[in-house]
Amino acid sequence: MASDTTAPGSGLSGTAARSLSDRRIEEIESSYASVVRRRNLYTLLMIVVCTVVIAGGFRTAEEANSGTFWGGITALFDYPADIIGEAIERGWGWFAVVWKYVPALIETINIAILSTLIGFVGGGLLSFVASRNLVGSKPVVWSMRRVMDVTRALPELVLALFAVLIIGPEALAAVFAIAFHTTGALAKLFSEVNENADMRPVHGLQAAGGNWVQRMRFGVLPTVLPNFLSYGLLRLEINVRASAIVGFVGAGGLGQALKTNVGWRHGADVAAIMFLLIATIIVIDYVSTWARRRLTGSAGVI
Amino acid sequence: MTASNNAHASPAAGDPDRLRELEASQPRAIHGSWARRAIPIGAVLAAIAYLVFSVFYFEVPRVIREARFDLIELYALDLYAYKVHVTKEVGEPEAVTVQLEGSRLSEYDEPPAWVSLSGDTQTVDLGDSGSVTMQPGLVTIRPADAKPIRVRATEDGVKVLSGDVPDRLQISELKVDARLDTWARVQITKSKVEVHRYFLGWANFFYTFDSELKGKSLGELVDLAFFSDKRLSFDMPNWQFILAEFWGNPLWQHGAIFWAMVQTLIMAIVGTLCAALIALPLSFAAAYNVNPLKGVRFGVQRLFDSLRAVDHLIWSLIFIRAFGLGPLSGIFAFMFTETGTFGKLFSEAVENIDRREPEGVQATGASRLQKYRFGVLPQILPVFVSQLLYFFESNTRSATIVGALGAGGIGLKLMQTIQTRQDWENTLYIVTIIVLTVIAMDSISGWLRRRLIGAPESN
Repeated sequence: MASDTTAPGSGLSGTAARSLSDRRIEEIESSYASVVRRRNLYTLLMIVVCTVVIAGGFRTAEEANSGTFWGGITALFDYPADIIGEAIERGWGWFAVVWKYVPALIETINIAILSTLIGFVGGGLLSFVASRNLVGSKPVVWSMRRVMDVTRALPELVLALFAVLIIGPEALAAVFAIAFHTTGALAKLFSEVNENADMRPVHGLQAAGGNWVQRMRFGVLPTVLPNFLSYGLLRLEINVRASAIVGFVGAGGLGQALKTNVGWRHGADVAAIMFLLIATIIVIDYVSTWARRRLTGSAGVI
Repeated sequence: MTASNNAHASPAAGDPDRLRELEASQPRAIHGSWARRAIPIGAVLAAIAYLVFSVFYFEVPRVIREARFDLIELYALDLYAYKVHVTKEVGEPEAVTVQLEGSRLSEYDEPPAWVSLSGDTQTVDLGDSGSVTMQPGLVTIRPADAKPIRVRATEDGVKVLSGDVPDRLQISELKVDARLDTWARVQITKSKVEVHRYFLGWANFFYTFDSELKGKSLGELVDLAFFSDKRLSFDMPNWQFILAEFWGNPLWQHGAIFWAMVQTLIMAIVGTLCAALIALPLSFAAAYNVNPLKGVRFGVQRLFDSLRAVDHLIWSLIFIRAFGLGPLSGIFAFMFTETGTFGKLFSEAVENIDRREPEGVQATGASRLQKYRFGVLPQILPVFVSQLLYFFESNTRSATIVGALGAGGIGLKLMQTIQTRQDWENTLYIVTIIVLTVIAMDSISGWLRRRLIGAPESN
């Protein structure tokens, strides 16, 4: 960005006989100026690109949208105001409404826990086969990584929708969808942890005659397990949100209840479900941040 | 692992005395404490107990019993195959219609070679599955691996006259439904006979039946585009017409799907970018080493928490009421959630900076603003860029979900194709486009991250 250049040594260049150091200073000065020019150009370019992306994006989005930008901006918080208003109208009775959705919340949390557990085990097993430092064969690692790419890229909602068509509107559809996605996502993170693991214990075990499974179990697992658990907890947090979302296609839990009530315009119920969901996410966020700090000894970011 | 390694394995092996000696001198290393061994076993047992509980909680046996696993095969077939219907009305013995996927819009002008006509008798060759002969009032199904089945079909009803009645034949007073194998099916009612034959591939992917260009090979198209004197359209050159016909294909909607994908990307990228630009200044206000006012810091931090706790999806539900259906609500949903996420991440980065740089800048007589600009910003820029790129990628995936539930874009298109339960080939097409886009975003953002920050990263 705008870098205020005070030309160093400009007072020295007045003399007719230029010393070596003067020329050197001039060289530095000119190369500094060119670096500054280039940086300013890059900065300008970035600002232009960002402006074009944002302005163009909003224009295109507004054209595709059924409402307008300015019409929406002024009514941004009308809906939350409406549902909170309806909740307040109920008075203390609103808490009975909240209580009504606790079983759905428990279902959502159970979906998240079970699918995280399946994904943790699946991703853990997969990651050992997908780490370059643990598997000799390059084609195996390459193909495992591509499998992981595809499992991660498939949106959970699509899998859930498909599962709902096969097994009906059951919570198990959500478990299947989220566990599938989690396996791919955790396998990638785990394999990165594996690749950063200290290889000396593995070599030691190999020297002592340990086979591949033994080397993984006693050489790698103890060093990577804290990180695995930390990522698993983070994933649990993500999966609570995900299991609430896939409920929207009929796969049980809070999402299903939310979808129904949004459709029927039951404001107080919508407010109750959103309240439960947000409160749960905040609680899990705090608990898992605390637990991850204990596991890895640092603030686990991302 | 190899035999040679096993030969000189641990020195204690085969020497019980030495082993006992080791055990006595290093008791904790060999047996470990009771608690250390109990924790992993306990964790595994707890996990198993939870799995058993889940079997009951989610009613797994009942769900599996009631599941329609047969639909998987049917739907899966439709992903990569198309079917052609041959229909004969009982009232019109000499006419058959041949349609793609049973759609009236895509009817063959002439019956294909595998349907032979001779007066009031038609024979449909089903390839390896067998064949079906239709005569007035009588249908003969000849499966490849079983005796022929003769079915009387008149206006009075449907009756199997002869032939073994295999399991694959579903018979009622009104209808005979025979699935010869995966690739062929015959349905006989008292008003019409319908034969479905499946073929591998995606039909009409380039041009539909009502296009002049249907069935043209690539060579013919190139010839038409650049070398032919024939004008295909009065409005535009041939090559443009050829592209426009493909782009506007009414069955596959290449153009519409492309635009839907662009909308989804706009939702993710514009929303995330705006969030990062809003969160950057706010994050300074939330960092203790920049903002000494505890009350303000607490307020900004709780603002970030509450923005973050509300998922994209819930924000989009809220904004759909304001903006109506469409990507604008998606942009705002990402903007709100990610302002919270970025605010937290950036303020942590600001709190973790090296203090010496801003102090050095201050020592040159810089103003407060200059101190942050030249002392702090360069230190958090790598975090800013890498998080931004990471969230571009992850939000592209989320945007398909947010879109599916109302905000438009490719998610909505995908949802529509799944809910019809007919257009599975379109579903596969859209899913492939989404997966490829997400993988592309993943590798572009990884590449940019490595280029810009030089962070060593495995991929």
